[in-house]
This record gives sequence, structure tokens and C-alpha cells, in this order.
Amino acid sequence: MNTTTQAAMDAVEPLSFDEALEAFEPVMGFEVHVELNTATKMFSSAPNAFGDEPNTNVNEVDLGMPGTLPAVNGKAVESAIKLGLALNCSIAEHCRFARKQYFYPDTPKNWQTSQYDEPIAFDGHLDVELDDGEIFRVDIERAHMEEDAGKLTHAGTSGRIQGADYSLVDYNRAGVPLIEIVTKPITGAGKRAPEIARAYVSAIRDIVKGLDISDARMERGNVRCDANVSLMRRGAEVFGTRSETKNVNSMRAVEHAVTYEIRRHAGILSAGGSIVQETRHWKEDTRTTSSGRPKSDADDYRYFPEPDLVPIVTTTEWVEALRAELPEPPAQRRRRLREAWGYSEAEFRDVIAAGLLDEIEETVGQGASPAVARKWWMGEISRLANARGVDPAALGVEPVTIVELNRLIEGGTVNDKIARQVLEHHVDGEGAPADIVRNRGLEVVSDDGALTAAVEKAMAENPDVVEKVKGGKLKAIGALIGPVMKETRGQADAGKVKEIVLQTLGMDS
Amino acid sequence: MTHTTDALVRLTAAEMAAKLRAGDITSVELTQAHLDRIAAVDDTINAFLHVAADEALETAAAVDTTRAAGGAAAESLHPLAGVPIAIKDLIVTKGQPTTAGSKMLQGWMSPYDATVVEKVRAARMPILGKTNLDEFAMGSSTEHSAYGPTRNPWDITRIPGGSGGGSAAAVAAFEAPLALGTDTGGSIRQPGAVTGTVGTKPTYGGVSRYGAIAMASSLDQIGPVARTVEDAALLHEVIAGHDKKDSTSLPETEYPEGEVPAFSAAASTKTAKGLRIGVIKQLQGEGYQSGVLARFHEALDQLQGAGAEIVEVDCPSFDYALGAYYLIMPSEASSNLARYDGVRYGTRVLPEEGPLTIERVMGSTRAAGFGEEVKRRIILGTYALSAGYYDAYYGSAQKIRTLIQQDFAAAFEQADVLISPTSPTVAFPLGEKLDDPLAMYLNDVATIPANLAGIPGISVPGGLSDGLPVGIQFLAPAKQDARVYHAAGALEQLLNDTYDAPLWAQIPALEEVAR
Repeated sequence: MNTTTQAAMDAVEPLSFDEALEAFEPVMGFEVHVELNTATKMFSSAPNAFGDEPNTNVNEVDLGMPGTLPAVNGKAVESAIKLGLALNCSIAEHCRFARKQYFYPDTPKNWQTSQYDEPIAFDGHLDVELDDGEIFRVDIERAHMEEDAGKLTHAGTSGRIQGADYSLVDYNRAGVPLIEIVTKPITGAGKRAPEIARAYVSAIRDIVKGLDISDARMERGNVRCDANVSLMRRGAEVFGTRSETKNVNSMRAVEHAVTYEIRRHAGILSAGGSIVQETRHWKEDTRTTSSGRPKSDADDYRYFPEPDLVPIVTTTEWVEALRAELPEPPAQRRRRLREAWGYSEAEFRDVIAAGLLDEIEETVGQGASPAVARKWWMGEISRLANARGVDPAALGVEPVTIVELNRLIEGGTVNDKIARQVLEHHVDGEGAPADIVRNRGLEVVSDDGALTAAVEKAMAENPDVVEKVKGGKLKAIGALIGPVMKETRGQADAGKVKEIVLQTLGMDS
Repeated sequence: MTHTTDALVRLTAAEMAAKLRAGDITSVELTQAHLDRIAAVDDTINAFLHVAADEALETAAAVDTTRAAGGAAAESLHPLAGVPIAIKDLIVTKGQPTTAGSKMLQGWMSPYDATVVEKVRAARMPILGKTNLDEFAMGSSTEHSAYGPTRNPWDITRIPGGSGGGSAAAVAAFEAPLALGTDTGGSIRQPGAVTGTVGTKPTYGGVSRYGAIAMASSLDQIGPVARTVEDAALLHEVIAGHDKKDSTSLPETEYPEGEVPAFSAAASTKTAKGLRIGVIKQLQGEGYQSGVLARFHEALDQLQGAGAEIVEVDCPSFDYALGAYYLIMPSEASSNLARYDGVRYGTRVLPEEGPLTIERVMGSTRAAGFGEEVKRRIILGTYALSAGYYDAYYGSAQKIRTLIQQDFAAAFEQADVLISPTSPTVAFPLGEKLDDPLAMYLNDVATIPANLAGIPGISVPGGLSDGLPVGIQFLAPAKQDARVYHAAGALEQLLNDTYDAPLWAQIPALEEVAR
């Protein structure tokens, strides 16, 4: 297709999602790249670390220096096997790496060492839980190991290599171990296609996090998704031409990208046009995609088996030992915890969304009740974290601290309000809660002498309130609590204040 | 006691080592003698691309100090400590340039040492410098070097073989007692044959390839170059062994003895008695010069006379070895050489006109940086790996490789070692085959099968034809490198007895040629 037609196709107005689904059935496919959290790179002993000075985490292997050879990171292979098992895949008894050859400056050898026709894991499936609890099965074609490329930064207005004034390359990422998970074509999703897309990527993220094989931080590119979408007319049997939207790197973006591509394809097909097989760029700001480069199945990467590496042989004993190490599948774990904690569906969803499942589980494990654990993590800790612009889990609050704080409340040493202050001081580095309370003199004022004096003073200053209480309006006592708190710098126990007022008035029984 | 330079450099490495141990000579004297020799003859021979006089003398002086101090440190010196060595410029060295004989790497300094260089340094052998080669080891004459051809010390109008002509010529011209080479299709053995020296291609995986600039990964192997079989064995012992940086290197446990065998002990056996030697039917006759065949048959007679059993073995797939090699080697080379693009290191050539896009800079760099033979092989290999051709070319070649391995396996049922001429011809005149790639490729017809099968091979001098050396090749099963030293040591002894001196004693005095 020439560029004029391409431009014309791009100008076609997308159909609405509902209109699109009336006429067409979407078919999806995903390639998710997971960066592993191994200490070193896939084929070299250089550190695998994010965010360091450019070109510092590199050695001669990563830079493709003459004479260098790769050596496989055994830990990365174990991660791949674990992930394969978690995706219900078969594990190859014998598999090899291949060279995928293309010239590009982010690839130091001008080939990527990857697995081609011999992936380490294949033929699996993943049961994905949708928002309403329905389970949708996604079939997995394969999961294979490969190395990441370096990172290019293009200086100039376009931000792309074409038309850049110059480009900078950082090879810190070159050679970082990746596992690419490829689905089989996903059919029968219908209207729920975008939701399934999001749930699938979310499930992959949960699994790799649960396996502790990746930091799984999408904003850092630890989990990256390429979304393939095609449409076929309802009743048709042959898949339509697909587009591949690259680097859709958040769960919400995956959902939006699939939605947009379904609408875009439907618009073009309904107008009598045809879809160009191409890669598309995801544009977060407009929630649309734009044309990338044409991609044909005939792209010739001149694959051949990597002669510098010996085949990987996986023994049954090895695979079974790794299987025994697998944690409980995330979906199963979530179901178990929700039932055990008695949270409502909404409460539990909020906990998941906040990424605090592990923290709450550990806090409960340390002896807090599920309600107390949730109150602290979803309440004050989240508020503090939000105010400071960090993740609640990254605030540095240990589950045991929550248990200690709660013990101080339950023992009457502090009230809720003071406990929240103590937490803030703790986050600011003032030490353990009990120490903060002692050092700052924050114990609840419970000796009756001081408190009684404060109450009597408040009553003397508010005779009208006292009259109301005498008249039986016990709720009016609330108006005395403020002044008492002021007098005691907030360290009074409200229940105790009420008790003393009634005692003083001879109304206790 | 004083020694003339000439007397010192004509010792074998084993003799030099003995004299160093005995305190008869110092390593500084010995190293300086070789540096003097290089200064005297290398303008003529052009074996060295880089001479590291200061570094070599520094290493030598340190060895001398250690030895003079005596005690445990002196006792624990490696047997070859203080014996100088030259390194093929395909093997990377920290602190000395590595060019691979190409303009592409002109001025490039490796940030790391090859594993074999680490081992040579650990043995405290002074490194004299880096030797010439066909660009990226692609050639059989060293004429494809971007830095001019090396000349054969036997006749400076002739080629020294290739690709490791520099290492072989340096050793033949007494510029170095020992050298390291690399052998992908015969680049150690064929130069050995045409310069009257000894060269071994070890079992694939027997020596780490880490730091050997790759031509064809599944065929390349680093090996020793020397004037005697024993010297080659001694150097082989220095460099052998597993390296975790080279996944294809053999763990010691793979050897029958559970460790790298003592090659020098095998070399010292010096008897052919009881050895079953298989003559490969396919590697003789048509295409082999009559003078080469004459020396070959004499060698067979002598071995038989010394008690060896000579049998003929049939290796029918060898007829396809050259064809398979010239698909596998360029395929892997086209990939291995993709990294030379001017982006990260080495030569960068900007296009003379037009926009400076990455593709165009890569293109002009590769156009200017690579020589004709390299380009020929890159194009051939790129084609052979292309979609739609892969099965017919690369895939078929791999099948032939399997058939060749089967032929060898069958042959080794009948014989302990196999024998053939190393090269079909003696050294040919410079320029003779430069414009005829196919004729050039035929030089390696007898050496290539060993690379395709991953087995060890050695070339040992077998006498002269019209005043030029003829090489005899022995091959053994994988991991049985000791056998090639055993057989070659026996033949070397027989020929020394016949000629009453090593063949290399007849190499012309080059100083006179130079003057």
C-alpha cells in the first residue's frame, strides 16, 4: 500500500466500540516482555541494575567487543523455567539460543541472542480473573529467553531516530535478561476484549512478582506489552490482518490501546478499506495509536543457532525441584486471603489496587487483626505516602510497627489521633513507636487528678453546656471534650472525660 | 658465559627453558636476543604488526629477579617462565593493539586480555608482540592482511601460508621460539606445513576461545606454533583447559583422565611402534603436488619401518567437506563480523556526501574498513543464511558435517591416528592465487575436515620438495590430542635421524637476504 492510501486509511473515523463489536469479532494476541531481576545480565557478569549512570553497568561482553563470548546466566534459566511452570507450559528437555540478526545501534553485536524455534517453555495457559470474577483462559504459545537491547535517546524535535540531530545510546540495559511470553490468538473475547487484555497483563505481572523473578514495575519497563489486534466479520472463519501496537506499558494503556485498535480497524473495514500489517505506536496523551513501520512476516532476521552457546538441557529432577519452589498462584492466593480476612469485594479490590496485599498479609501475620491492618495501610500510611509522593509500600513502615502502634492504642497509652502522629514521627526517623511516645511525652493523660482539674476548668468555663447535660442531653458532653483536649495537649481519653463529667454531676450510675 | 644472538634464538623452547632454569642465560638476554633478531629480519619478513619490546623486557626482568631470589617463588615458576612468545593479532591483548589484520580495528586497544593471554602472562612468558595474518583470519597466504603480506623465511618471494602466516614465519625465522595461532580451516597447520614448523589445532573446546576474534565460532580454535613437537606440546599445556567464559570449552572432567593430559610426555615418546596409522584415501592423489606426495609416502615408509601399522581408511564424505566449510564458515563469519559498524569502537568512516544517517555511516564504515576477501565471505554467508536458502545451504552443510564426523568415527575404529599431507602444495609465490579465490580455498582441503569434526590435528615437517618444506598432518579423535603429539613426535625423530638435524636448521640466513 502506498503512503497516500495509508494516509487515507489513517484519516478514516474510528467506529464507536459498540458499533465495532456489532459487526466484528476481535482477535487479540500479546507479546509480553518481562525483565528479570537477576543480579547479573543474561550472558555477562555485568550488574543488572536500573537507573545508574549511562554505560556504567557494562563490560566487554555487553559492548560486543571483539573476541567476547556469551555465558548463560543459570539463574535466568531457572526464572524462565519457573515462569513456564507457572504458565502451565511444557518445559523443553533440550533447547538452544539463536542469533536474530539486524543492524541497529542499540544492539551491540548487531544481533540479539534469543530463542527462535526452540523456546524453553511452550504450550501453556493462564486462567485470567475478570472484574466480575469470571475466569477467561488465555492459551500460551511459548515463553522464551532473550537479552534486552540498549536504550536510545534521540535528540531533536521528533524524539524518533528519523530526523534526530543525534542519538545517544546507553548500554546498561543491553544484555538484561528478558523472558518473552507469547499468547496464542485469543478469540471469543467479544466486548470484553479490552478488559481481558488488561486482566491478562495484570495476571502476568502478579505471577512474575509472586515468583520474585522480576521487579515487575511497568513504569520502569520491567513488564512491556505488545498488543496485536485484528478483526474478523462476525461469522467469518479467517483472521483479519493484524496491527501490532508496541510498548503499551501500563495496564490501563493496554485496555485503551485494544479498544482504540478495535475501533480503528472497524472504521477502516466498514469504509471498505483494508488494514495494513504494521507496527503502531501507542500515544498516551490522546489514547490513540499512530502508524509505525510496515511489518511483514517476511522480515528476514537470518536466524541461526548461536554457535557460541551449548544447548540448555533441563533434567526432570531440576524442573521438579523448581516446581516445588513455586509459590501459590496469585489468583488462588487472593481468593484465599479475601475469605480469611472477611473484606468486602470493594475493600479487597482497593487493597489490590493499592498494591498492599503483601504488606497487609505480613501485618496480619505479625498479629494484627485484618481490620486493623487494613485501617492502617489503606488509611494513614497511604495518606502519608500520597502526601510524600511515594508508594505506600515504599514508605518504610514495617508491619511490626503497625502491630506495636496498635498495642499502644489498645493498652490505652495513646489514642487514635496521637497514634497517627506517632506514625508520622516514625516515618520521619524518630525510632520505634514506644520510644517516640516516651521521648515526646505523648502518653494519654489518664491520672484522674490532672484530668479532673482540666474537666472542672472546662465545666466552669461552659456553664450552659453543664446545664444541658444536667437536663439529660448527654451528647452535649462533646462540647466539653474540645476544651479538655486543649488543656491536656490532646492527650486525654475522650471516654474518660465523659466519665469524669458525669461523676462530677453525680449522674453516673 | 656469553651467547651470540644467533645461537640463542636457534635453541628450542625446551632448551631455552632448561638454560633459564640452570641459570646459564637470563630471560632478559633471551628476550633481547629475539628483539634483536626481529629488528634484523622483520623488515624483510613482516611477521610482526606490533613489537612490544618494553613490555617483553619488563616481564623478562621480573622473571630473572624471581629466579635470582631463589626460594619457593623461584621453585614455583612455570617451566616456560621467561621464554618469549609471539601472539597472532587475532587474539586480544590489553596494553598492545589488536587489529585482526584489518583496517577496521586500526588503533583499537582491547580493554581485556584473551584467556590464553592471561594464561601466558600467568606463566610469565614475555610477549614479544603481535603477528600478521590474513584479515580476520580469512585467507591461506597472509596476503589478505591490510598491513602487507608476510614472507616465507625459506623463500621470501613466497607466501608463509595463512591465515597465521605471521606466527609461523616468526617462529621459522627465529624471531620467536613459540607463537599462538588460530585455526578455523587450517590457519595453524597449513602455515606450519609451508614454513617447516609445527602447528597444532587442538580439539574444539580444548582451549578457550575467549578473546580470539571470532571468524567462525563453531570451527575456530586457538593452538600452539613452534619449531618442535615437544615445544608445541609444552605451549599447548599452558593454554589448555576449561574457561567459564567460553561455554563451548571442555570441562576437564570430559577428558578420559579427568584432567588435561600431559601432551609433552606424549611428544617425548618418539616411537611409532605399534601405532595404527590410517591413510585417508580421499586426502592424497589428484590436486596434490608430486613432490608433496613423494615426501608423504616416504613418511609412511619410515613410520612403517619404525613399527607402525599402516592401514587405508575411506572417508567418502570428505569430498563435500570444502563445500560445507565454505557455507558454514562464511555464514558464521557474516554474523560475527556484523559488530564492526563504527558505532562503538574501531574505524568509523563517514559517507563522502549525503545525509549522515546511521545506516549510511555503518555502510561507509564497512565498505572502507573491510578488504575484498572479508566482503566476499560476508556476502556469501549473508546469502546462505537468508530466509528460503537456509535449509538448502546452512542446513545441508550441517548435515555434511555430521557425515564427516561419522566418517572419522569409522576411521578411528581402524586406526589410532590418521595421516595426510597437510597442504596439497608447497609454498606458492606471492600473488599467484590472489585473484583466484577457489584455488586459494583448495589449500585447506586436507585441514578443513578436522575443523568440521572438532578433532585435533597437527602439522609436522616432512622434508623438502624443491627446497621448500612439506607438511605431514596427523589427526586423532576428539580429546585425544596426546595421540597427535605421540605420532608427530615419532615422525619428527625419524626425519631428524634421516637428515641428521631438524629441518629448520636449513632455513636460509635471513640477515644476508635482508642486506
